[in-house]
Amino acid sequence: MCLAIPMQIIEIRGDADDFLTEQIAVVVADGIRRETRLDIVDRWPQVGDYLIIHAGFAIHTLDPGEAEINLKLMREMADGLARTDQVP
Amino acid sequence: MKYVDEFRDPELTAHLLHELTAATTRPFRVMEVCGTHTMAIFRSGLRALLPSQIELISGPGCPVCVTSASHIDAFLQMAELPDTHLAVFGDLFRVPGSNGVTLAHARARGAKIEVVYSAVDGLELARQNPAELVIFPGIGFETTTPGIAATILAARQQNIDNFMVFSTHKTMLPPLMALLDDPALGIDGLLCPGHVSSIIGAAAYQPLAEQYDLACVVAGFEPTDILQALILMARQISEGRAEVENAYTRAVTWEGNARARAMVATIFAPADMSWRGLGLIAGSGLAIREEYAGFDAQSRLALTVPESKEPPGCLCGEILKGIIAPPACPLFGSRCTPSSPIGPCMVSSEGTCSAWFSYSGETRSATAITN
Ligand code: SF4
Repeated sequence: MCLAIPMQIIEIRGDADDFLTEQIAVVVADGIRRETRLDIVDRWPQVGDYLIIHAGFAIHTLDPGEAEINLKLMREMADGLARTDQVP
Repeated sequence: MKYVDEFRDPELTAHLLHELTAATTRPFRVMEVCGTHTMAIFRSGLRALLPSQIELISGPGCPVCVTSASHIDAFLQMAELPDTHLAVFGDLFRVPGSNGVTLAHARARGAKIEVVYSAVDGLELARQNPAELVIFPGIGFETTTPGIAATILAARQQNIDNFMVFSTHKTMLPPLMALLDDPALGIDGLLCPGHVSSIIGAAAYQPLAEQYDLACVVAGFEPTDILQALILMARQISEGRAEVENAYTRAVTWEGNARARAMVATIFAPADMSWRGLGLIAGSGLAIREEYAGFDAQSRLALTVPESKEPPGCLCGEILKGIIAPPACPLFGSRCTPSSPIGPCMVSSEGTCSAWFSYSGETRSATAITN
């Protein structure tokens, strides 16, 4: 149930502080367009941000900085090996 | 695609695989808690490529698989009620109850059952059919429950009183602790579920790491995510450490999603819950609070659910506990296949039996009986 790819926001409706309005983001990925609720998202997003969505609800606004760090760590791990590889 | 392609990079994957082999200095056993991990590891082909010293066993994290037969029986009972619509997640549709009957059978016999993508779709159905009751069978873990809570709150705010949830919602840590209390399980590390952790936070595994001397690493679902997590785990194990580490920082923080947890706490209170294969586990479930009883199908309909029976011969319980792998079940691949499943572990695409059948290359039971 969790295999959700991050989707990018093209439109936000509703207000972060007004729970009585519908809090909805329109998101796209891979040619799919969807509406997702923002009631339980951890950090109120902006248009252009990426969301992780589960059963119609955004659960997390991706932090681009964290994604970079995530990738950098992986690359460092991979590089570490490239260096040890050269040791005969 | 952003945040996807870079984490699927085959070259990076190959390098990480090398690094994992280098970091694995002794055999170890890992439980991947989450059904989505089980499937991702098979589907990406990783399982066949991992160092042979790493043994992977699947845990109780497929929400459909752990739904007890008695709960399916209760859903079936509700489907038969007059003027009632059931709005269900598609995964539940083919899961057998006590007598092998599924919601799919019930619909074929005329019950009104809609497959929905979200609980909100169930609420919409209730709004459009004010003369009918719409019941949403709530299954799932910490990732799913906040959305169900938000839907109940929306129903209250919009005065929609013909919408109800039957909660079988579960929390992940109590069953893990119950399994870990049995030393026979003998696992060294826990591959912690990515999106459950988005909600509960990486910090939630601290007690597991401490009490059970377990290397706990939170992992995402792309091959590089899983490899990074296994590298961190292998390093911990060879250095004799047992800590919580987070290899999925783009989606999981140490504290988790407090807003979602507050939403859950508003609507739900901890309760005992029965699990398929694991039985009743104290405090492992969530029940709708008194204040919201109007939205609670259990208290509004007063159903009496008979004792459940597991499908005869099915060993899902042992599989959910990580005691056996699917080929050890005599029915695996013979009488039980994804197109004609006997137990829930074969029904759900994230079930351990289904993942083994579809991707392991082993499609026959090691102890096959054919009749
Ligand atoms: S193979 Fe089928 S019958 Fe055997 S444990 Fe798995 S789901 Fe149950």
